[in-house]
Amino acid sequence: MDFMNSRRNFLKVSALTGGGILFGLVFPSFETNDTSTALADYMPNIYIKIKPDGKIVLMAPNPEIGQGVKTSLPIIIAEELGVDWKKIEVELAPLDNRYGRQTAGGSGAIRGRYADLRKMGAAAREMFVNAAAQIWSVSAADCIADDGMVIHKSSGKKLSYGELASKAVTMQIPANPTLKDPKDFKYIGTRITDVDVHSIVTGKPLFGIDTRREGMLFAMIARSPAYGKTLGNVDDTKARKVNGVKNVIKLKNSVAVLATSTWAAKKGRDALVIQWNTTGKLENSSDHFAGFKEILEKGPTTVGRNDGDVEIAKQKATKVLDVYYEIPTLSHCQMEPLNFFADVRDGKVELYGPTQVPDQLRNDVAEKLGINKDNITVVVPRQGGGFGRKLMTDNGVEAALVSAAAQSPVQVQWTREDDMQNDFYRPAEMYRYRAALTANELLAWHQSAVGIGRGIRGDSYVAGAMVNYRSDSQGFNSNTPTGWWRAPGACTMAYVAESFFDEICLELKKDPVAFRLDFFKKAKDAPVGRLGYDPIKYKTVVELVAKMSNWGTTPTGVYRGFATWFSFGSYAAQVVEVKLEDGKPRVTKVYCAVYCGRVINLSGAENQIQGAIVDGINHAMFPKVTFVDGAVQETNFNTYNFLRMYDAPLDIEVKFVESDEAPTGLGEPALPPIAAALGNAIFAATGKRLRRLPFAGQL
Amino acid sequence: MAKYSLSINGKIMSVEADDDTPLLWVLRDNLNLVGTKFGCGVAQCGACTVDLDGEALRSCVLPVSAVGKRKVVTIEGLSEDGDHPLQKAWEELDVSQCGYCQSGQLMAASTLLKSTPDPTDQQIDEAMTNICRCGTQVRIRKAIHLAAKKLNTK
Ligand code: FES
Ligand code: FES
Repeated sequence: MDFMNSRRNFLKVSALTGGGILFGLVFPSFETNDTSTALADYMPNIYIKIKPDGKIVLMAPNPEIGQGVKTSLPIIIAEELGVDWKKIEVELAPLDNRYGRQTAGGSGAIRGRYADLRKMGAAAREMFVNAAAQIWSVSAADCIADDGMVIHKSSGKKLSYGELASKAVTMQIPANPTLKDPKDFKYIGTRITDVDVHSIVTGKPLFGIDTRREGMLFAMIARSPAYGKTLGNVDDTKARKVNGVKNVIKLKNSVAVLATSTWAAKKGRDALVIQWNTTGKLENSSDHFAGFKEILEKGPTTVGRNDGDVEIAKQKATKVLDVYYEIPTLSHCQMEPLNFFADVRDGKVELYGPTQVPDQLRNDVAEKLGINKDNITVVVPRQGGGFGRKLMTDNGVEAALVSAAAQSPVQVQWTREDDMQNDFYRPAEMYRYRAALTANELLAWHQSAVGIGRGIRGDSYVAGAMVNYRSDSQGFNSNTPTGWWRAPGACTMAYVAESFFDEICLELKKDPVAFRLDFFKKAKDAPVGRLGYDPIKYKTVVELVAKMSNWGTTPTGVYRGFATWFSFGSYAAQVVEVKLEDGKPRVTKVYCAVYCGRVINLSGAENQIQGAIVDGINHAMFPKVTFVDGAVQETNFNTYNFLRMYDAPLDIEVKFVESDEAPTGLGEPALPPIAAALGNAIFAATGKRLRRLPFAGQL
Repeated sequence: MAKYSLSINGKIMSVEADDDTPLLWVLRDNLNLVGTKFGCGVAQCGACTVDLDGEALRSCVLPVSAVGKRKVVTIEGLSEDGDHPLQKAWEELDVSQCGYCQSGQLMAASTLLKSTPDPTDQQIDEAMTNICRCGTQVRIRKAIHLAAKKLNTK
């Protein structure tokens, strides 16, 4: 689509108050599938500011939760604009509809914005060139732009973007700016350090928790201690006597204590005497798993895919491998405990704090407070992790309610215990996988899943390469809330499918890498029904990681596991190496090959892959949430165990497949396969097949 | 409420606080030194690590009344211009992801280098028990080695 020519698409240039100039591009939103709202989605987007002193500021439109987009999105603009990266500044954009979809989720920021940010940078660059050409009365074709300067090639005359800004604003907006040839890229694909790294290592106030405002009160909130309990009588006499406590506010199902410091708010909160009434079922994790088992034994009701006939294949088989895998509930535990600043006074709302969905937060606050959206501002600072927790807006909404009731600016601070008991958890799940086998052949693959909440689970890549394949699933009702957790769905299914694949390889005496390559060949040459992936790309990453790790030549004392997975548009293949220390496996090295289209920032991209691998090893090894009578038993890091330095690999080698294709997801895809790769390595080392997460207690 | 004189980043600072207030919250709420972070409140995660007379200390569990005359160094006081070898190594290797845990990691690492200028991997394993959900441990280890090299070739 040539959208630059569409009637609604034009570059918008406007004067900034204070004399600067702002460039923005108007283009259709690219991330909506809903054509009925297409008109409303033609939104202007503003990304470049030239300050009066000539300083160039690039706007990063999506929330920064540690996925690196505050650095990588502006790199795309800078590349086409032709500026010196070292001389520009970057700001996180406030919530503004003209920026389109301002969400951190689904590994979508770069995927969604790459093409448009390039066009935007290029269009602005051409305007600077045209402005200079007019001033010098030369042809624009004789001028080049680089490092924030336009240069006349033959005479060597130069003008900076700052000097050209006021003229550039009068230039016609190019309908079809010429994009750089990727071989001339100066920044894209190179290593660029996080724009905030200096502020981070010097402890600057960057995060929501660091908010300090005139007249602000600190608040802590007593929430239900268990799912199934609701607020009864409240006696706040003692709480009000705590030094520094200013106010106690009863909300629908919680009680807020406001004070002059965080500690006073906490002491006040802890001094509340509250009766919590049991009004719902008080659930236990053990009952969840017993319920799962029952469903899996009967057979789940929703059929996702059914190719051929797995039942006939099972009858023909000489052996049916029939195993159950167990996945515990998990909490998000982003390092920055939830918090939010809100100032609700005189019908106006100011919100400042951690959220992955600022637009949704504004809608929710508007609805809850009955205040028009136009009177609500949302600004999102850098965030201490996201992992899906802040796709829910409860922390921001709650702060707004407290501020509105108190008529005061308030920072609501959560403790780690608050975070643990009031999460939207990664749901507990159980899987039953069956394989119909002969001595050297896999005849059928039958996967069944059940978990809290959603019923439908996806398919593994064997779907499309198997004549007989079936997936079925069923949801499980519970009042324990569930939500999105890094690489939702994929993060657990990959563990089960790829561990099971290893089990099959063992039965059939096949090499795990070679056997997968067979599958991709089958999927390419004779696909069965719909294929949810590109078998060539899968093959490419698997072959690359095999090469990186010298697969097949294991050094003595080293045990290896392999796994691969496709998610969020990208392919990841991994080899994990473990050694035995005092009889226990220790991860020493991980190799990872990734196919994610063009890499924008090599440093940030590597960090995402390494981080996802360590995160995945952590959650495969250590933590789990257990509900007893609706209450989370693991209330802090003393029982919700987390990986430490010793448990992390000594080295993680990452390679990206070189590609000219548009970038695909990166924040999540390296996480799904790692638990299986680790489990497979542990099996190689110990002979123990671990079909239950987390592993640590079983070693 | 009581008055306390604390030695923080080379200056004497006076604060008024309840005697059971953890040093962490005195730093953050009374002194507006928000570089020291809250992560758990139970001495598990290390986000609140400060240097107390040369030792790594989890400030979330140290009441202000117990600090006494001991010298506190926070991330804000680790170096004048952010040019401590660790800070430089952290920047060079692009260690951080979300960045939230990193001030605690740096303070733990700086006390490690004080007692052990050239730590082995094993010594790093033992000293660096801070949590990082983003998974930056691999680069933290490398950055400590790099900083040790910078220190020792100075
Ligand atoms: S906040 Fe002190 S160790 Fe976690
Ligand atoms: S960098 Fe995010 S928790 Fe460590």
